Amino acid sequence: MPAGPPFSDKDDAVQPIISIRGLNKRYDSGFHALKNVNLDIADGDIFALLGPNGAGKTTLISVICGIVNPSDGEVRVDGHEIIADYRGARELIGLVPQELTTDAFETVWATVSFSRGLFGKPKNPAHIEKVLKDLSLWDKRNDMLMTLSGGMKRRVMIAKALSHEPRILFLDEPTAGVDVELRRSMWEVVRSLRAHGVTIILTTHYLEEAEQMADRIGVINAGEIILVEEKNELMQKLGEKRLTLHLQDSIDTVPDTLARHELDLVDNGHALLYTYNANDKRTGVNSLFRDLDSAGIRLRDVDTKQSSLEEIFVDLVKTPTPEPAADAQATAKDNA
Amino acid sequence: MNFHAIAAIYKFEMARTWRTLFQSVVSPVISTSLYFVVFGSAIGSRIDEVQGVSYGAFIVPGLIMLSLMTQSISNASFAIYFPKFIGTVYELLSAPISYVEIVISYVGAAATKSAALGLIILGTSFFFVDISIAHPFMMLLFLALTAITFSLFGFIIGIWADNFEKLQIVPLLIVTPLTFLGGTFYSIDMLPAIWQKITLLNPVVYLVSGFRWSFYDVADVNVGISLLMIGVFLAACLVIVAWIFKTGYRLKS
Ligand SMILES: Nc1ncnc2c1ncn2[C@@H]1O[C@H](COP(=O)(O)OP(=O)(O)O)[C@@H](O)[C@H]1O
Ligand SMILES: [Mg+2]
Repeated sequence: MPAGPPFSDKDDAVQPIISIRGLNKRYDSGFHALKNVNLDIADGDIFALLGPNGAGKTTLISVICGIVNPSDGEVRVDGHEIIADYRGARELIGLVPQELTTDAFETVWATVSFSRGLFGKPKNPAHIEKVLKDLSLWDKRNDMLMTLSGGMKRRVMIAKALSHEPRILFLDEPTAGVDVELRRSMWEVVRSLRAHGVTIILTTHYLEEAEQMADRIGVINAGEIILVEEKNELMQKLGEKRLTLHLQDSIDTVPDTLARHELDLVDNGHALLYTYNANDKRTGVNSLFRDLDSAGIRLRDVDTKQSSLEEIFVDLVKTPTPEPAADAQATAKDNA
Repeated sequence: MNFHAIAAIYKFEMARTWRTLFQSVVSPVISTSLYFVVFGSAIGSRIDEVQGVSYGAFIVPGLIMLSLMTQSISNASFAIYFPKFIGTVYELLSAPISYVEIVISYVGAAATKSAALGLIILGTSFFFVDISIAHPFMMLLFLALTAITFSLFGFIIGIWADNFEKLQIVPLLIVTPLTFLGGTFYSIDMLPAIWQKITLLNPVVYLVSGFRWSFYDVADVNVGISLLMIGVFLAACLVIVAWIFKTGYRLKS
């Protein structure tokens, strides 16, 4: 992987719906919350922005949506620059913020209709009805917001964001503090939106969530995007396993008869390291043991280790550059 | 122009009035009526005419002005302060709506409410005192300009305020005293000479004087100057609002 920002390897693909270049955000306090962010998000994708608390996820979303002023850099939404052409950009966007904030005395119907008007769309009761039904809010349409439970309020915020038929939906920590049922129905809505071509950007600090939903995953830490990758590629990495063979007697070199297994001699000759992918049809484990036996190498112990997404993530977050994961991947490829 | 957005905000704000009808309409009407009863009917008959107008009638324009100004400020300041306070302002900031449109809808709604209230109080006053309106068109112009200007002023206060106390402090500690000292209850030529000069520093004097002129054709200061002063205040508020939105002051980080 080349040094520098981890760009999409699909450069020749269609124009991204969101394109961010050299984005920086310094808050008035002097805090540098976004550091030279470069990011492309493809039209129609579900993109998960993954990062620990305080990484800058909300800040990044807020800049794109016009709630926080960028310090420098450029953001385009479907080609519309977010400041010079804020109308063109914002019309396309629906935002469900992290915090649960609603009016108190409005009805569900009124507040969702209000949002549609605010985004410049003429009345369309049929669409509002559909949105409310999809989110199981139809029965509550005449209820005042203050009478709703937290989960219901969250749905109302999603309904508001969908009221003007956005092409891009931002969900900032959509499942934080949400019960299982709502989570499930939320994913259903997200999937059906995606089927209709809506691009969805969600932030989360749960790997699982990113794993289940996303097409692509971006990892952000301390204001820097440190990795952007197809989910499936990350999952491939997830399947990568390391088998450590602890030897009874140390050896100086790997015997030629074992060359085809591309083993690494580690631990001062006391162990052999075998890297393979558990998702492959043939892992080569059987033949490795047969060959070890015929080479007369006796084992004291074995252990296997799976590099989980969690691990990859922790690895990435701990180190300022994405070198470790990239190296591991490169080694695995070279060996193949 | 995003007319749908202007309509949505305007309607939202007007709906809020109906929910708070008592607080925003009934209570100012009642409290102003009390002045009419006390000064118009009870004490007023024992006070000499001022500038050829019965005392009860003399104080009506000033009292309408007082309600108009305080209600404009509280309507508009609350309208923008509250979304900031509960966090729903995110939607306004992320909507494809210009600053001009935001101001038109919030200030428009606040001014509509307070102007309507001013007319209701005016209507009520007919029950208590004998009044006449010499220049109805100018009366409405003063009413509208004051409602708009002070709604704009309230909007600025609502953005500036970061707690409820600040929200209350300007109407309570500045506007009400200036109105009471601004010739609502007396003509400024009843004051000692030195105070006549000092009083002219009070902007409310020009509003009350101009407004009263539209009723009784008598004024403390020239009507043209009154209009000019409203214009200056309006322009000052517009400049501040433009600056607020340009910098995102207290709205965006
Ligand atoms: N208005 C602000 N002023 C100063 N610092 C802020 C402000 N908002 C957020 N931050 C800081 O910026 C960092 C990123 O915050 P945020 O974007 O909310 O992170 P995340 O959403 O990933 O948890 C945090 O360290 C936070 O304290
Ligand atoms: Mg956040």
